[in-house]
Amino acid sequence: MNFSEAATSGLFFHLAPWLVFFPVIGLLINMIFGGKMSEKAVGTVASLASGAAFVVSVLLAYSLNAVHGELQTVPFAEWIHIGQLQLDWTFRVDSLSTVMMLVVSGVGTLIHIYAIGYMHEDVRFHDEVKRFRRFFVFLNLFIAMMMILVSGDSYLMLFVGWEGVGLCSFLLIGFWYDFDTLGRKSTANAEAGKKAFIANRVGDFGFLLAIFTTFWHFGTLQFDGVFEAAAAHPDPYVISAITLFMLIGVTGKSAQVPLYVWLPDAMAGPTPVSALIHAATMVTAGVYLVVRSAPLYSVVHSASYIVAMIGAVTALFAATIAVGQYDIKKVLAYSTISQLGFMVAAVGTGAYVAGIFHLAAHAFFKALLFLSAGSVILGMERGHHHLAHGHGDHADADAHHEDGEVFDPGDMRNMGNLRKQMPVTFWLYLAGTLALAGIFPFAGFWSKDEILLDAKLHAEHFPGVYWLLAIAAFLTAFYMGRQIWMVFYGKERTEVAKHAQESPPIMTVPLMFLAFLAVFGGALNLPFEGFHNLGHWLEYTIGHVEDLPLNLGVAGVSTLLALLAIFLSWLIYGKNPIKAGQPDPLKKALGPIFTGMENKWFVDEGYKAVVLDPFQKLAKFLSITLDWNFWHDWFHESVIYGFFKWLAAFLSDPVDMGIINAVADWLADLTKRSSESLRRLQNGFVRSYALSVLLGVVAILGYLLFK
Amino acid sequence: MTVNLVLFLILATVAVISALGMLLSRNTVYSALFLVLNFATVAVFYLLLGAPFIAITQVTVYAGAIMVLFIFVIMLLGADPLPEGNTLPWQKWLAVGLAVILAVEGTFLISTQKAAGIISSPAADAGNPKLIGQLLFSEYVLPFEATSILLLVAMVGAIVLTSRKKGEER
Amino acid sequence: MDGISVNYYVGLSTILFVIGATGVLIRRNALIIFMSVELMLNAGNLAFVAFASAHDLLNGQVFVFFIMTVAAAEVAVGLALIVAIFRSKKSINVDEINVLKG
Repeated sequence: MNFSEAATSGLFFHLAPWLVFFPVIGLLINMIFGGKMSEKAVGTVASLASGAAFVVSVLLAYSLNAVHGELQTVPFAEWIHIGQLQLDWTFRVDSLSTVMMLVVSGVGTLIHIYAIGYMHEDVRFHDEVKRFRRFFVFLNLFIAMMMILVSGDSYLMLFVGWEGVGLCSFLLIGFWYDFDTLGRKSTANAEAGKKAFIANRVGDFGFLLAIFTTFWHFGTLQFDGVFEAAAAHPDPYVISAITLFMLIGVTGKSAQVPLYVWLPDAMAGPTPVSALIHAATMVTAGVYLVVRSAPLYSVVHSASYIVAMIGAVTALFAATIAVGQYDIKKVLAYSTISQLGFMVAAVGTGAYVAGIFHLAAHAFFKALLFLSAGSVILGMERGHHHLAHGHGDHADADAHHEDGEVFDPGDMRNMGNLRKQMPVTFWLYLAGTLALAGIFPFAGFWSKDEILLDAKLHAEHFPGVYWLLAIAAFLTAFYMGRQIWMVFYGKERTEVAKHAQESPPIMTVPLMFLAFLAVFGGALNLPFEGFHNLGHWLEYTIGHVEDLPLNLGVAGVSTLLALLAIFLSWLIYGKNPIKAGQPDPLKKALGPIFTGMENKWFVDEGYKAVVLDPFQKLAKFLSITLDWNFWHDWFHESVIYGFFKWLAAFLSDPVDMGIINAVADWLADLTKRSSESLRRLQNGFVRSYALSVLLGVVAILGYLLFK
Repeated sequence: MTVNLVLFLILATVAVISALGMLLSRNTVYSALFLVLNFATVAVFYLLLGAPFIAITQVTVYAGAIMVLFIFVIMLLGADPLPEGNTLPWQKWLAVGLAVILAVEGTFLISTQKAAGIISSPAADAGNPKLIGQLLFSEYVLPFEATSILLLVAMVGAIVLTSRKKGEER
Repeated sequence: MDGISVNYYVGLSTILFVIGATGVLIRRNALIIFMSVELMLNAGNLAFVAFASAHDLLNGQVFVFFIMTVAAAEVAVGLALIVAIFRSKKSINVDEINVLKG
């Protein structure tokens, strides 16, 4: 049997469980033997585990293609069999899930390799070797959980992966739980992890409600069963409820308004984590969920519209904030939120292919951007390190913190003209930027264009979505242009920027792969006859998709907007580069609007005022007033304790001493007195005893005589 | 009034008086002697009732052995009358009262029963020791042997009770 | 020579018995008490012999023989007891022998 025969016969589908088990094996090896292995070996094991999962994904996709995209389910283990609830751990291999598998394992593997280089420097910075191993254990666990998520055959299995990746996200955001991003002792990262976890908890609660409602109404959680039942008896009210509850979960996991606030803080995690989890894969789980649940969303238009509007509003809202940020990763974080908004808007308008297309393309270029940003940050860090050594003040890494002035290697205001020091990173970053900005012919151009086109075509059903997205696209190009000008052009604003150093090949080579994908990723689904590859591929799963030809109007408008935005950014940031200490030029031009952008529209403060402060006040009230003062001091101490004391005193004195003891005393006294009187009979005088004998004789004789 | 009755009444009077004498004498020796007299009177009654063997035994065992033993002990312990005491003040009157009631009851019982039999003059061979001996060694052989053991035990007991242990002070 | 009713003998026996019993109860001298007990036994013996004679049977006399034996044994042990008590108490007053009182 040769390879193609094996593929056609469906033999490879039985490999599906290895999607999960390769990463699990990798993490087990690292957990058990990692302590004795070198950094390189640990990283290699983890990368190989992820790479093996990628190979399995490729084989699955190849086999699926060989069987013409027919849905394959691979039963693996019995899970829950309770009454009506029959759930097994089954792997679902269809065209949608294979796309996700390929993206997750492909991008994931590249990021694993990159992380070997990145974490090495990070580790050396903090001098903790054990952390290195832990990091890769978490990364592999994340890959495994993500595979469970995308390969699950039921909503509950999906939820398992959903929670698993949430856990990994929490663990990795707070990876440096004892240092902040600047290397100072702080619990800020742990706080950020907590924030992400709690925000996701709100979303997961909604998702759980959706699962409960689904089971209550349809009696099953298996995808096909639910969709068939929904198609047979579409009950708009119930399905609306399910889809909207699900939407809450989507807003949590995919960082949409109003639950997006955790994602910017999640940048506290190491940069590979930001790239992998908080840009490329985990945050797209919400988009995947909506696409997966397409048969439900297509039933109720209102729910779809809400989804689309939330996506569009998020896209614009996050883009405005991204304009006002100075931290290189924060810009990308808000950009990610914005792009996720694009995807959600796309799937909301029913453009599932466009959504998934943008998901994949975004995974490529946003991972590229994040990793390049990590490279920039490490380059700055190296420059800083070099300076500290060059001046010969202190040999140790903490030297530069002692003067009280903290250097932030991620702040774009500290950079400038880095293309001279870091040329490779510059070109890579530029590729990612152009892809994100949507410049022809980069991947982002094709995917974003398709979303805009869908939104435009369905404008009568989804009013407003197109315009929101178009403005967001304009802002996207603007803030990316701003970033390029600020980071790589102009004059060095600090000494450190002058001494920044290029990153090693282990970091830049994976980036080149990603850059290649970012440039040519559009080929997945070109809007020309015969090139709708992704669309046809996904048709196997989500049904027929209209092949949209290239609409020159929409494409032209968006390209024009992008170019205009980049030109505008050149005018503001490129022509007259801002000097060290100079405020952002936009600040003068926009005034309070820029202040709002700069401060994220005070959303965090608003949440703090509206949700957190009242919650904390309530908690304080509950703990101090209700629990302590009322329950403890008053109820327990005064009422229960007092009553008990009184009762005990009452029982002991009047009852026990007065009644029970008196009765016992009286009984004892009675016995004593009666025995004392009886004792006199036992007087020891033998004559008395004889007398009583005589008395008995007389009495008995008398009785016999007179009876 | 037959001769027998007169004889009985005289002897009965002697027996009662001697018994009362035993009871009321302050001196223990007198009491013992009164009791000897009483036993002797009773022995005469036995003879009158045609029981010469019992009469002889009465004289030898009671009036002889037992009373000698009494006199012996009296001599040993001293015959001084006890000092006056009033330990049980009501005992005497109660005892006498009860005794009177008992006597009345007994008398009443006897007087109300018809006579169980008339004792005529004894037959010549009545109470023949030979017959009693035959009876003892045939029908009552087992109690007789038991009596011998009883006497042996009493003898050993008396010796044990009165003997001094070695080293015990006198 | 006419016979007399056995009731006379029983009456005499009763009287002697009551006198003996009274002696037991009112005298404090242990020896006198013993003598009274002997008197009571004798009263019993007299009744036995009287009935035996009235019924022309010898069993009564055999019983008296046994009673005498028991009385002899009793006196031997009893007097030994009195001697033993006298040794420790220096008294034959039964009222002083009351250590068994309650």
